[in-house]
Parts: sequence; C-alpha cells; structure tokens
Amino acid sequence: MFHIYCPYCEELREEEEFHPKGQAHIARPEEPDTCSDEEWGDYLFFRDNPRGIHHEMWLHAVGCRKFFNITRNTVSYEILETYKMGEQPTITAEHLAREEKNAREEKTNNAQVAEGGQQTVGASDAAVASVKGAQA
Amino acid sequence: MQRYSGFGLVKHALRHHEGWQRQWRNPTPKPRYDVIIVGGGGHGLATAYYLAKEHGITNVAVVEKGWLGGGNTARNTTIVRSNYLWDESAALYEHAMKHWEGLSQELNYNVMFSQRGVLNLGHTLQDMRDIQRRVNANRLNGIDGEVLDAEGVQSLVPIMDCSKRARYPVMGASWQPRAGVARHDAVAWGYARAADALGVDLLQNTEVTGFKIRDGQIQGVHTNRGDIEAKTVGCVTAGNSSVMAGMAGLNLPLESHPLQALVSEPLKPVLDTVVMSNHVHGYINQSDKGDLVIGAGIDGYNGYGQRGSYPTVEHTLQAIVEMFPIFSRVRMNRQWGGIVDTCPDACPILSKTKIKGLYFNCGWGTGGFKATPGSGHVFAASLAKGEMHPIAAPFSIDRFHSGALIDEHGAAGVAH
Ligand SMILES: Cc1cc2nc3c(=O)[nH]c(=O)nc-3n(C[C@H](O)[C@H](O)[C@H](O)COP(=O)(O)OP(=O)(O)OC[C@H]3O[C@@H](n4cnc5c(N)ncnc54)[C@H](O)[C@@H]3O)c2cc1C
Ligand SMILES: [Zn+2]
Repeated sequence: MFHIYCPYCEELREEEEFHPKGQAHIARPEEPDTCSDEEWGDYLFFRDNPRGIHHEMWLHAVGCRKFFNITRNTVSYEILETYKMGEQPTITAEHLAREEKNAREEKTNNAQVAEGGQQTVGASDAAVASVKGAQA
Repeated sequence: MQRYSGFGLVKHALRHHEGWQRQWRNPTPKPRYDVIIVGGGGHGLATAYYLAKEHGITNVAVVEKGWLGGGNTARNTTIVRSNYLWDESAALYEHAMKHWEGLSQELNYNVMFSQRGVLNLGHTLQDMRDIQRRVNANRLNGIDGEVLDAEGVQSLVPIMDCSKRARYPVMGASWQPRAGVARHDAVAWGYARAADALGVDLLQNTEVTGFKIRDGQIQGVHTNRGDIEAKTVGCVTAGNSSVMAGMAGLNLPLESHPLQALVSEPLKPVLDTVVMSNHVHGYINQSDKGDLVIGAGIDGYNGYGQRGSYPTVEHTLQAIVEMFPIFSRVRMNRQWGGIVDTCPDACPILSKTKIKGLYFNCGWGTGGFKATPGSGHVFAASLAKGEMHPIAAPFSIDRFHSGALIDEHGAAGVAH
C-alpha cells in the first residue's frame, strides 16, 4: 500500500485516494498538423518504461482532485519525491547514478585515508545521509 | 525421448518409478546457433519447438535468465478463448485454439486442456450490445459463440447470483463453449521436452545482458555465461521487453504493470466453467485440484516488482463475492503477481525491427497465455522465412505510426 504525499493537500494519504496516470512531462506538440506520422505516433503511444527511476503523473482523485507528479522506483516501488505540476523533479536516474558514483569514490578515498589511521566513517555516512535527505 | 502413455505409467509404477528419464538436457551453450530465442516462457519455447518441428531448424538455443516458465507463463489464471472482436486478432487467437485442441497429443504431454466454456458477463445495456456485436463478429469468423440472457447464465452457473437484487445485476453473457483452461506450467514443460528432443538447447540461468549488432545486422547476444552468436534472434521476454529493446537501442510502445492472481483453499467441485466480468471486474474458475483461481486487474502504475497492491486484490474479491455470495467465507491460500507488458491497443507485437535479424514477440499484456501455441507457430514461421507470417503481419510495430491499430480493449477488457 502506497502512502502518498499530495503536494497540494500537504498531507500523506492512502493509495486508494489516488489514480496513476502514466509518464509525466510529456509535452503536446505545438503544431500537431505539421508533425510527421513518426512524431505523432511517438507522442501518442511511446512511453518510457524504465526498470528504476520513473517520473509519473498521479491524480488525487478523491481528495483535492488535482494532478501532480511522483518520482518513484519501479522495482522497489519506493516513492522518492512528489512535486506540483509545472515543477521539475529534483531526483533523476542520472542524478542518482552521479550520487552513487560520488559516494563510491568518497568511500575509496576514505579507505585510503584510513590506512593513514584517520577516522573515516563520518564522512561516508554524511555522503549517504545527503543522498537519503534528498530522497525524503 | 521416452514416450508417455497409460501403459508406461503402469510399467513405471511396477518399477517403483525409478526408470523415469529427465525431461530435457541441461547443455552448455555452444558458441554459435542458427537462431537464438531470448525468454523461456511458453511463447519462446513454442517458437523453438515449431522452428525445429515445422522448419527443420534444430540448431536453436532458448536463453532463459531464470527457470523455464518462471515468468508469466506459470503465473496466469490459464483462461483460453478466442472470441476477439476484430478479424486480425480473431485469426490469431483462433489459430491458437485449433492448436490447443490437439496439443496434448502433438506434444505427448498432458497439458490438461479442458474445454469447459467461458462466460463473459454483461451487466448493462451497453455491455449487452457489445456482446451481441462481438458474438456476431465471432460467428462471421467461424468462431463459436452464443448470446445468453440472465436465465441462460443461471442455468449454466447455478451458484451465481443472477437475481435483480445484485448491485450490478447480470443481464446476460457471451458464451464460448470451446473455450476453457489448461495447465500452464505443463504447457511450458511440454514444449520444452518436445523441443529438446528435436535438438534445441534450453539454456537456463542464462541472462541476456546485451545484443551484438554490426552494420544494422544482429550478430548474437551477450550473456552472463559469455557471448553466443546467431544471425537471427527472437526476443520473447514479456514484461522485460522494454528493457531488452533498450539494449538494442529500440523503443517499444509498452508499459510494464503488475498483475495479480490468487487461489483459494481446495473446495469440492462447485464451478464447472469460467466466469469473467468486465464490469465488476473479476474472473474465476475452479481448478481440477478444487481451488478457486481468481484473477485481479493490473495495478495502474508501472512496476517490475512481481507483486501488486492490496487494494487491487481487495477490489477483485469484492467483485467475486458480489457475483458468488456462496464464496464469501472461502479462505485464500496464495497470492502472487506477474509483470505484464501492455500495449496501447491491447494487442501484441509480433514484428521485425530496424535491426536486421532481430524480431520481437511481446505486448501480450494480460492475455497471452491463450495464444501460446498460435503465437509460437506463426513467430517460428516468420523467423524461418525472414518474412512475417500472414497472421502475424498486422501486429507489426509499424501500426503505431501508420495508425492501423487493432483495438481489442473490449474483448480484452478484463485482465485475463
Ligand atoms: C496474474 C496473471 C494472470 C493472467 N491470466 C491470463 C489468462 O487467464 N489467460 C491468458 O491468456 N493470459 C493470462 N495472462 C497473461 C499471460 O500469462 C502472458 O501473456 C503469457 O504467459 C506470456 O508468455 P511469454 O512466454 O511471452 O512470457 P513469460 O512467460 O513471462 O516468459 C518471458 C521469459 O523471458 C525471460 N527473460 C526476461 N528477460 C530476460 C533476459 N534478459 N535474458 C533471458 N531471459 C529473460 C523471463 O525470465 C521469462 O521466463 C496472465 C498473466 C498474469 C501475470
Ligand atoms: Zn490533494
């Protein structure tokens, strides 16, 4: 059961109040008449279907009845953030990959320092916490 | 291959069942095959079998990341029918139905195909008009079908609440007597055993991690057990197909959703047909073992987690209890999910791609089990000839740009 934070109601509510509405941030072509069949078909039917981070639109159907966006992991189902229409996600697949890479590098750096007898745990914990914080 | 028969069963019983052979080998991958099938579900295994059987192409590997049939093939509610609305899909599913009718004999494997009939209920005037239209279309295509009124339904299923008291009273149904159920894992095993006997290598625990492509032509696949070469590759990976297409730089119009099913404790025989309702959204049959097999709807969100939401299951059981008050105190034994690859027009994709020699068979969504023999049969012919089989041709990926969609949302409305 999802617990979803509606950015308009500013409350955590249960999944049954909401409807998922598919991939977010799809812009309707400005001039549909000038689209090629390829472009129009892509706009109508082709969706991102990632195993991992997905930005999707949800409707708070029996609450405020407003649309908003969720960034969610499609494997763990963890909801990483919710944000209003018109806003951009702060967490993306690229962003997480970068954070992970940084955290890994920091860990190897710290490990090297550790051989010099320095305290290492704090630094890498902080790096992890910063990632976690961004997800909350 | 050791042939199975009633006589053989007695013979083996007398020898304390110590003489049974393994059903298939567990070979090491060869460096090169004529054809590689990615995905060892029913559709992939059937494709390999028909390649060997009908086209003499036996140098074939089926590459499966887990175990045979461990995907949607052995997770579904086993409903088999062919009463689809449009000519293209009716042809495809009826082609499969004809194969089902002789499948146990063909494979020398009891797939327990039981033609106990399927009811698709109507609860509104519009439902009934749609049912009439679909049954008429079916009959024009030579597919059996009847329109029943509420009394007709009641006489077939005495335990169902067909009274006016129901919240959504049953007004009638479409009835396809030749439809029914089959044992899903036996279908995978039967095709696997028969394909293996013809020389096909079944490579389990072998995950495809990428495609080898040179000058727009497929050269083979990368796997966790090394590279394997082939100039023809058929990708039959259901819910994982978007990820596979991404590995080849392709895009498919699919969304992967969790779809759940559940079975009850075993009961004495009480329901001898299959009942499906689009309107209250539930479908149910009773297995030979006695458990009620119940299917839910998809979760509306994308997911690869092979599990779904509780509210979805709850909603389904509400519908089942509404139709069958007698089941209100039955306990459920098990519940699970599969990842189904849904297509915008509720029809599959059987298609060539931009990459020469790379084909996809996917998009079966919530309803591809019934098509397993037909899908494998026409897909094998397409791979063997390098041209899509006439029954498969309308299901090309091009339809999402040409606009020639085959809208089966009505006939495929309830997940099944
Ligand atoms: C709960 C539920 C109920 C259903 N009920 C019905 C029903 O009543 N009637 C009906 O007709 N249909 C039903 N379906 C749909 C039906 O199960 C599927 O359409 C059908 O089984 C698909 O078969 P397949 O062989 O294409 O896929 P699968 O059986 O899923 O096989 C695909 C295989 O590909 C493998 N694979 C994926 N990625 C890789 C990789 N990278 N490398 C190697 N192997 C890989 C997987 O491990 C899997 O074994 C239901 C589905 C579900 C989930
Ligand atoms: Zn709200």
